Amino acid sequence: MLKKRLVLTFPQAVVEEPITYRLIKDYDLVVNILRARISREEEGRLIIEISGEKEALDKGLNYLKKIGVAVQPLAKDVRWLEDRCTHCTVCVPLCPTEAIVVDRERMEISFDKDRCIVCGACIPACPYKAVEILF
Amino acid sequence: MAKTLAEINEKIKKGEAVVVTAEEIIDLVDEKGIKKAAQEVDVVTSATFGPMCSSGIYLNIGHSKPKIKLGGGKAYLNEVPVYTGFAAVDIYLGATALPDDDPRNRVHPGEFRYGGGHVIEDLVAGKDAKLVATAHGTDCYPRRSLETWINLKDVNEAVLFNPRNAYQNYNVAVNLSHKVIYTYMGILQPNLGNANYCSAGQLSPLLNDPYYKTIGVGTRIFLGGGVGYVVWQGTQHNPTAPRTEKGVPRSSAGTMAVLGDLKQMSPEWLKGTTMTGYGVTLSVGIGVPIPILNEEILSYTAVKDEDIFAQTVDYSEAYPQRKSGSLGEVSYAQLKRGKITLQGKEVPTGSLSSYAKARKIASLLKDWIKKGEFLLAEPVELLPSVESGITFKPLKERPIR
Ligand code: SF4
Ligand code: SF4
Repeated sequence: MLKKRLVLTFPQAVVEEPITYRLIKDYDLVVNILRARISREEEGRLIIEISGEKEALDKGLNYLKKIGVAVQPLAKDVRWLEDRCTHCTVCVPLCPTEAIVVDRERMEISFDKDRCIVCGACIPACPYKAVEILF
Repeated sequence: MAKTLAEINEKIKKGEAVVVTAEEIIDLVDEKGIKKAAQEVDVVTSATFGPMCSSGIYLNIGHSKPKIKLGGGKAYLNEVPVYTGFAAVDIYLGATALPDDDPRNRVHPGEFRYGGGHVIEDLVAGKDAKLVATAHGTDCYPRRSLETWINLKDVNEAVLFNPRNAYQNYNVAVNLSHKVIYTYMGILQPNLGNANYCSAGQLSPLLNDPYYKTIGVGTRIFLGGGVGYVVWQGTQHNPTAPRTEKGVPRSSAGTMAVLGDLKQMSPEWLKGTTMTGYGVTLSVGIGVPIPILNEEILSYTAVKDEDIFAQTVDYSEAYPQRKSGSLGEVSYAQLKRGKITLQGKEVPTGSLSSYAKARKIASLLKDWIKKGEFLLAEPVELLPSVESGITFKPLKERPIR
């Protein structure tokens, strides 16, 4: 048995595809959805924990790639470097889970690690490299 | 009841000046009214902190032995090209300069992790920078190449000289297209996914003196953590932009050129800045004291975010193609709440300008003045205002053949 944590990014066209159902039914894998964000206009992003026999896992991942889903290992950690952060707030609208929130009185941000799904959207958005992703 | 600047400075020297920030003045005026507040308050401090691309430094690095003439040659600081078209050892490094080849910038959208702005931050932080230069060699300057570490403390002059800073108001950038775009206003998500703005609003210097009645050549300011001066109107200064009844420009209008001793400055207020997919720049902290010479000037400083409006502009088509047209006007009060409505859609907002840092600068400058460490300077010439008729002209292209 192998177990992997993966970030799946899929284009609009694939959003309707019952991916997890197929992985379970056709490839005999155990799929545990950790976080999901799919909207009509944008790409979908799914963070899953997937386990099964190596061969089944390889086939399942192949199926994903074939239908156009980008598969990446889940990065371990996102770190907010408070001393580099200027609290500009430009990253805030990009965060899908409200892991970065603004105190509107103080106009300062805070980072809630537990809400972060390590999607990476804030990383290129930060002009001061105040968020880091650690693999 | 008018005051003179000299009277205000006398009070500052005695430690008796009443100084408030451009935020604090709002409540004070609400509470006491313009007349009373103008009697009590001597100085209002305004501030801003954000990316300002027209920034840079000049250095005089001193003469090597034997001597080299960098003027007309080529020189790099930490791999970033600097301008050498001056005398032998004067160089200018611009905030947006990029290394000739950084492989990280080659793959779309490009990372732009290091450039001129970052070299400036590193120098100000006291780090050594690698200077590599080549020159043609002359009888009086025989040397043809130079490779050395330099440090800010060892160079002769080091001056921050920014041709355009502290824009009075700015666009709100959005993206109407169906794909992500990478701009100097940040990463813009498709289909109005986000709206990015860049102004400190009610704290911003030129929004607190909308007709430039106190700010001009010679105004002493907080610049990058040290003391600097306004030296001219900034490039693209556009006092004739449309204004509200209260005189607040509805779109980008006035700007200022500023200068100050880099050796006094700190990396907390000068920060190398990366705009993914676009390039690099420098974020600059600026604080401008406004002397309350009369009630009119005070009334301008009481401007609130809800009275300041910005235009939302599509950066996928309208901006790059120089098509005029705003998708709508929004106030800074709305922008700061985190959501605006555009074309019937709720759009989350983000700011490139840091209000938190602007607030800190305004209160730092207030402390400097209260302690008598910072006197106000009378400008020798005010920035040109509406009656100058100056406008920001587009380029009229004239085909060469
Ligand atoms: S990686 Fe950044 S954008 Fe993504 S969830 Fe975490 S904080 Fe939000
Ligand atoms: S973009 Fe970077 S500097 Fe700005 S608030 Fe987010 S983490 Fe802080």
